[in-house]
Amino acid sequence: MSEKKVYKKFIKDIQEEQRSEKICQSIEEAIKKSGLKDGMTISFHHAFRGGDKVLNLVMDIIAKMGFKDLTLASSSLASVHDELITHIKNKVVTNIYTSGLRSALGEAISYGLLDKPVQIHSHGGRVHLLQSGELQIDVAFIGVPSIDRFGNASGYKGRSRCGSLGYAMSDAQYAKYVIALSESLEPYPNMPASISQDQVDSIVLVEEVGDPSKIGEGATRMTTNPKELLLARRTARVIEHSGLFKNGYSLQTGTGGASLATTIFLSERMEEKNIKASFGLGGITGTMVYMLKRGLIDKLLDVQSFDEFAAKSLGENPNHIEISANEYANPSSKGAAIKQLDVVVLSALEIDINFNVNVITGSKGLLRGASGGHSDTAAEAKLAIIVAPLTRGRIPTVRSRVNAIVTPGESVDVYVSDQGIAVHPRNVELKKRLIKAGLTIVDIEDLHKRAIAICGQPQKIKHTDKVVAQIRYRDGSVIDEIKQLVK
Amino acid sequence: MRLRRSMLFVPGSNTSMVCNAFVYKPDTVMFDLEDSVAISEKDSARLMVFHALQHFTYADVETAVRVNPLESPYGLLDLEAVIRAGVDIVRLPKTDTVDDVLDMQNAIEKIEKEIGSKKETKLLAAIESALGVVNAVDIARCSKRLMGIALGAEDFVRDLRTQRTKEGLELSAARSHILLAARAAKINAFDSVFSDVKDKEGFIREVTYIKGLGFDGKSLVNPNQISTLHSIYAPTKQEIEWALEVIEASEHAKKHGLGVISIDGKMVDAPIIARAKSVIELAKASGVMGDDEDE
Amino acid sequence: MADITSCGHAGTLESSDVLIHIEPSQDIEINLISSVEELYGDDIKALVLEVLEKMNIKAVKVDINDKGALDYVIKARLQTAILRALEDGDKPDWSLL
Repeated sequence: MSEKKVYKKFIKDIQEEQRSEKICQSIEEAIKKSGLKDGMTISFHHAFRGGDKVLNLVMDIIAKMGFKDLTLASSSLASVHDELITHIKNKVVTNIYTSGLRSALGEAISYGLLDKPVQIHSHGGRVHLLQSGELQIDVAFIGVPSIDRFGNASGYKGRSRCGSLGYAMSDAQYAKYVIALSESLEPYPNMPASISQDQVDSIVLVEEVGDPSKIGEGATRMTTNPKELLLARRTARVIEHSGLFKNGYSLQTGTGGASLATTIFLSERMEEKNIKASFGLGGITGTMVYMLKRGLIDKLLDVQSFDEFAAKSLGENPNHIEISANEYANPSSKGAAIKQLDVVVLSALEIDINFNVNVITGSKGLLRGASGGHSDTAAEAKLAIIVAPLTRGRIPTVRSRVNAIVTPGESVDVYVSDQGIAVHPRNVELKKRLIKAGLTIVDIEDLHKRAIAICGQPQKIKHTDKVVAQIRYRDGSVIDEIKQLVK
Repeated sequence: MRLRRSMLFVPGSNTSMVCNAFVYKPDTVMFDLEDSVAISEKDSARLMVFHALQHFTYADVETAVRVNPLESPYGLLDLEAVIRAGVDIVRLPKTDTVDDVLDMQNAIEKIEKEIGSKKETKLLAAIESALGVVNAVDIARCSKRLMGIALGAEDFVRDLRTQRTKEGLELSAARSHILLAARAAKINAFDSVFSDVKDKEGFIREVTYIKGLGFDGKSLVNPNQISTLHSIYAPTKQEIEWALEVIEASEHAKKHGLGVISIDGKMVDAPIIARAKSVIELAKASGVMGDDEDE
Repeated sequence: MADITSCGHAGTLESSDVLIHIEPSQDIEINLISSVEELYGDDIKALVLEVLEKMNIKAVKVDINDKGALDYVIKARLQTAILRALEDGDKPDWSLL
């Protein structure tokens, strides 16, 4: 039998200051308390998107404090984080886990800035890496729009309102030490909370966690671009005739003109046919909120609010529900919502004749995108539709082999282009349905030939043998590698 | 008969539009070298259209070019370029008289002979004046190359000394007259552009109206108008059901060697079967087939 | 052989278009800036040479600022620039275009 502790008397002495003892006077103080050491792993989340003020602020202080050799695990990185280049050059950061890489940072890494390859994960795959233990967050820095003195934090109010804190929720769950940074101290209890008091170790109040004008940037606006409208109309017809378009179906769409317009066209058809969706999932936009308000959709499950309309609705509408990245997409979660999803509309930078999709590197091979929930939703939704123009200017979207596989062709069902629709050969029934509905279905090889006939055969991108990024599939496996570009 | 519901205007000087217009699948793409092209860019637009017409992306769509008037310094050069490039239809600007058509026809014939072309380039006359409307009956019948006449409303209302309105009363006489002239000559009739691309309801009203009058189609300035126009021209559910029934009955009769077909006691003869087939074709082109399948 | 004795230009810097400037030179000289240079730089230069050869031009300096124009757009712009520089360019020999 094990030895049990013997009860010892204690003195009850409750003081008001103790109730605020999580609040640190500075970020330095919180970092010291956290026990951060060289070689450890720190994390950030990307709910503030291009308006994030937290990552740069914290990284500057960490650099000044002299830390080296850290692993940076941010749920994603935006162009606002180009300042990281300096910290990588100074060896403050020597390893990166992220869903996305863009602009100058993406370019620098493409040309070999980091010695160790960046680990590109999906949103669901990140939680899997946390759960499996490969990714162990020592200190999570979580920027939140509002918080109380005990750590209850939420994203749907405050000046830098960002809506859902879905990605931060999973980081908070797994991190050994959580430092919450906020600009707005609410009276206790700030509930309902997204990040809960029992997950937060330290709190720091800062001037600003985000730039509100950039958090909802690229907010919902109906496109007038004829090509996007054409793609959207066609995508809506594919969904309508897929066999899944009936009462209670579920839907996920992304941002971007074509995706938003698809939702609008679909709404029109739903009203005509008196069809209601049971839920809308994922990154939520104003158009989804519009559907919720019109009663076309019963519930929104929101892991990330893409614009101010979504952020506002999350705080007001009880049918607009915040979910964590684990609830959203983790393949080894006990219950990821994508496993209940019918239709997902996704974009592509490139797609190849085997339906593999690249959403991470651009035409010149530079890292300039994000894995996001692409491979997660494609794998689990009953119908995964990729929407992208056949060519962008002189850049062919359809390739013989994509530069980097993020989502394997096995999980893709349909590719909708402006010059024809291709159905994955395994979907025999679906193809029949779409043809019967009067849609023109072509082979993806023919779309490839057509794209090349228009643009010409692109020259091969020159690269060395050094791996600058590994693309981790959602189960943790390496699905592809990206090599260093030659200047 | 060839469907000519939508005729999309593409300024020859707008590179991006020239490179993308085929994507929207209008029934006819109409490159413009006339009013939408600045004098200083007449030559570059001409060469752009010359190459676009020969590009494979325009191989399976009907092409037309609105050339400059023959009496301008550009008209003949435009013709030289587009006939060589194999355009399907030359759209005459401002056609007032039969001679306008015949002059253009002669100029085209001369070029076709010169290059040994077997293709008979068709003509489309744009009626843009009171004189043109008055002469429409003769114009419509003067050339076997003429495939249609079209109303050009902007210049026409100026000639009438009035303005365009959303209701379009000022155009009613011209529309009726042009339509009658076209039908009497068994050629196509096309309505003018609706230029306020933001006014979707106004566009729907006007298309419904001109379709009701009997127009084959309409010139368009924005690709976003195409799907709306096609859906208004699409046959109704009842029309499609009727057509399917007629075709099924006729196939059944053919298979069993029956001479006379009747549906609900009504005789079905060859013209009715042809009409049913064209309804189905239109339904397919409009993307409305299979809309009501049972899931 | 057609002699280029003056300058000519054609095109725009809008996306999917190309701006071309030509001027007299001792031999053929091509300067290319392109938004798709890594993918199509060699193709574009080969196309320019092909167009020049067909038009019998043995000496010219061609400055190209390409914004991802398709081949036939580049062809049209280059030919326009050349015809604008040639004395009898307003009466082109269509068989050479």
